Amino acid sequence: MITFDDVSITYSGAAEPVLANVNLTIPEGELVLVVGRTGSGKSTLLKCVNGLVPHFTGGTLRGRVTVAGRDTRTHPPRELADVVGIVPQDPMSGFVTDVVEDELAYGMESLGLAPDVMRRRVEETLDLLGLAHLRNRALLSLSGGERQRVAIGAVLTTHPSVLVLDEPTSALDPGAAEEVLAALQRLVHDLGVTVLLAEHRLERVVQYADRVIVVGGAGEPIRMGTPDEIMIDAPVAPPVVELGRLAGWDPLPLSVRDARRCATPLRERLEPFVASISGELNVYGDQAFSMSDAIVRHGHTLALRGVSITAHAGEIVAVMGRNGAGKSTLLGTLVGLHGLNGGTAIVGNAAPASLRGRDLVTRVGLVPQDPTHLLVADSVHDECIATDRDCGLPVGTTRQTLDSLAPGIADDMHPRDLSEGQRLALALAIVLAADPPIVLLDEPTRGLDYPAKQQLVSILQSLAHEGRCVLLATHDVELAADVATRVIVLADGEIVADGPAPDVVIGSPMFAPQVSKVLSPQPWLTVAQVARALEPAS
Amino acid sequence: MTAEHALGSQAIPRWTHPVAWWAWALGLVACVSRTTNPILLGLIVAVAGWVVARRKPDAPWANSFSLFLRLGFIVMAIRVVVAMILGGGIGDHVLFTLPRIQLPDWVAGITIGGPVTAEALLTALYEGAVIAAILACIGAANSLASPARLLATVPAALYEVGVSIVVALSFAPQLVADVSRVRTARRLRGRPDRGARALAGSAIPVFEGALERAVDLAAAMDSRGYGRTRPMKQRDEFVARALVVISLIALSIGVYALVDGVDGGWGSWLFIVLGLICAIVGLRIAGRRSIRTRYRPDPWALPEWIVTLSGWIPAVIFVAVALNDPVSLAGQTSPLQWPSLPVIPTIAILVAALPGMVTPLPPGGGSAPTGPASDIRRQEVRS
Repeated sequence: MITFDDVSITYSGAAEPVLANVNLTIPEGELVLVVGRTGSGKSTLLKCVNGLVPHFTGGTLRGRVTVAGRDTRTHPPRELADVVGIVPQDPMSGFVTDVVEDELAYGMESLGLAPDVMRRRVEETLDLLGLAHLRNRALLSLSGGERQRVAIGAVLTTHPSVLVLDEPTSALDPGAAEEVLAALQRLVHDLGVTVLLAEHRLERVVQYADRVIVVGGAGEPIRMGTPDEIMIDAPVAPPVVELGRLAGWDPLPLSVRDARRCATPLRERLEPFVASISGELNVYGDQAFSMSDAIVRHGHTLALRGVSITAHAGEIVAVMGRNGAGKSTLLGTLVGLHGLNGGTAIVGNAAPASLRGRDLVTRVGLVPQDPTHLLVADSVHDECIATDRDCGLPVGTTRQTLDSLAPGIADDMHPRDLSEGQRLALALAIVLAADPPIVLLDEPTRGLDYPAKQQLVSILQSLAHEGRCVLLATHDVELAADVATRVIVLADGEIVADGPAPDVVIGSPMFAPQVSKVLSPQPWLTVAQVARALEPAS
Repeated sequence: MTAEHALGSQAIPRWTHPVAWWAWALGLVACVSRTTNPILLGLIVAVAGWVVARRKPDAPWANSFSLFLRLGFIVMAIRVVVAMILGGGIGDHVLFTLPRIQLPDWVAGITIGGPVTAEALLTALYEGAVIAAILACIGAANSLASPARLLATVPAALYEVGVSIVVALSFAPQLVADVSRVRTARRLRGRPDRGARALAGSAIPVFEGALERAVDLAAAMDSRGYGRTRPMKQRDEFVARALVVISLIALSIGVYALVDGVDGGWGSWLFIVLGLICAIVGLRIAGRRSIRTRYRPDPWALPEWIVTLSGWIPAVIFVAVALNDPVSLAGQTSPLQWPSLPVIPTIAILVAALPGMVTPLPPGGGSAPTGPASDIRRQEVRS
């Protein structure tokens, strides 16, 4: 279906090719997962398939990419629109119309299909993706998962034989991600669509994949194989695979279900150590912030309905809940972005909404969902210098912080050219320059690969160790299990659960990490915990 | 009677043709332009508002009516303040006197300050009300007619131009979102987030964001087949271009002659008609290049005729009344007196309220009360 014949791509101005000598053949009707570190060229590989690279992005393509027999060199993206459907990372950025039904029809209108064919296909697609009840809704009013499904539907109506998706679940809560993946599976199974999908959250998708492509980046050749072949030694792996490697299971399980089948002996081995995990007691410092009965209204909607939280220095609190549950509002309220419509919030010793400038940033710092929003300068160097000046620090202080968080970022890099992990580190360095005792992070793992996430975990732990209070809003159950000492679950602006991480996440079908699902009823949360317990035994 | 001719709540919910809404609104604008009577103006705005309240769809662009209303009030306020400052002093009911500022000789015609009369203020208020009412009518059309559906009625040859206009329009709300995002960032970095300096500092990130989104959208549209064409015969292409050029020349001559009054009679109209015909034929031929088809085009049926006529009938009546009895449409300021309520224009305006009852409901409920389900949905929308 798709063939890459000795393909190399060099962007203009770059010394090295992003992808070098790629040879791939992707057969029809497969679900192919593309993995690799950020910046390794995954997105470039995906964009080659419909000719956006190089027709739209510029750069030089050597070799030949053919899709359904069409050469992308002679066919620009619009001439491939009937065979390749591409869903961008942020579905909202690709929407052309404003209503669900029109969006589904847009591609067909461009291709000039007959009205009766369009009518039929729109109805079929609405049913196929479970969108029928949304047909007249404005696209802006949809939730993240619904948007993603509409974006998939919008490219499906032209009946492409190839569907390309760039991180379709990275911004979604676990429930919405499952909806999207179920829809994709249905396409592969029932319609024989070839799906090419890049994703960092392997724990969500690897079990559905027929094949995995590993993009190594920087000179390493691209590998393709079945998931269990690749996962044996892949540099990135979901927790269930790591647990399998630790326990020496063969074949390696890819899903929680497979793992549970072989987990009984491991559970027996772990039984004596269960007592040791519940014994870890944490002692916290002074109160960092408190909210009581906080009510925040956005228009007619209550985003927070009487939320009460008290957090202390040294705590790492994970706030979870589905998209739109009020997580970002909670964080925003703590830095005074939203005024309170009721209740109180005290940060340090003041109400956050009354604070400005230095008074605010020395008490509490927030790294927003997209760290680029915080970055304004043209280079990392300028950004650091500006921060030093803002905070009245000696020149070079921020740079030092940055180096301790993520070493080796060149001074003259443009912040937009950094990888997601580096950008997060830069934003965090800026926030830490004012030395706030409370650090808030909104969805910090979005777009992070496993190594970057691992680094984030150790950064957060050291922040808590320094006596800061860390509060993060996240969909990432694995991160929460790894790092949080306390988990708060929000639903519709109310707290529905608040307690030590194991108490809250274990047994929850949505928020339990994979290890906990495999080893339940024993309260294990992470592979590292299990490994530590087994170490003296082996 | 087929389904698309059905009226009001009898009809299956569907979009009323956007051109009909604009025709109706322009009819109201024509009425507004013939009167300064504040009661009639208020009535027109009320009728427009009532129709919007009844038939506004549940979409982000549909909230522009209140925005336009507010804009109208601002315009009125500015007009009144300017009238107060510049004085002018018609009439003799002095309300209060502002200190007079002496201006140099070369602006002798203008006075600043001085006595402020009730007559002058009222005149300014009425004039401001005219502009506010026009804005309200345009706002009503904006709330009722989806810009995307209006675009779909553009001739195929002009489709690309239309898309760029709609995309440009959709950028305005996004720019607002960007500005607030940048202000948030400045706050989080402990920089001033209000005032002129903060605004200057946020200009570049805002435009960067807009540009980035434009590029993303262009890539998405290209990958979805936007701009696919079928090859055109060279002769057709030549004919289409020639016709467009001829129509432009003819239209320029015609309009010039009409405005200049060189030949106010048939000659100028002849050129205008010739120009229009050439333009239509030229665009038709050029449109053959496009392979686009339309998904569920809005029908033009009985409701659309009623909407259009209920805008135009009042317009015709107003023009006729203005010719025969101009006093009844004018808001009297000297001598001061209460505005009258002329019977015929009032009935004419009430005709314009018909669309609020006869048009089908917009799909997805609109703002007509549809029970608790719609409330739940609206909550979801905002969360």
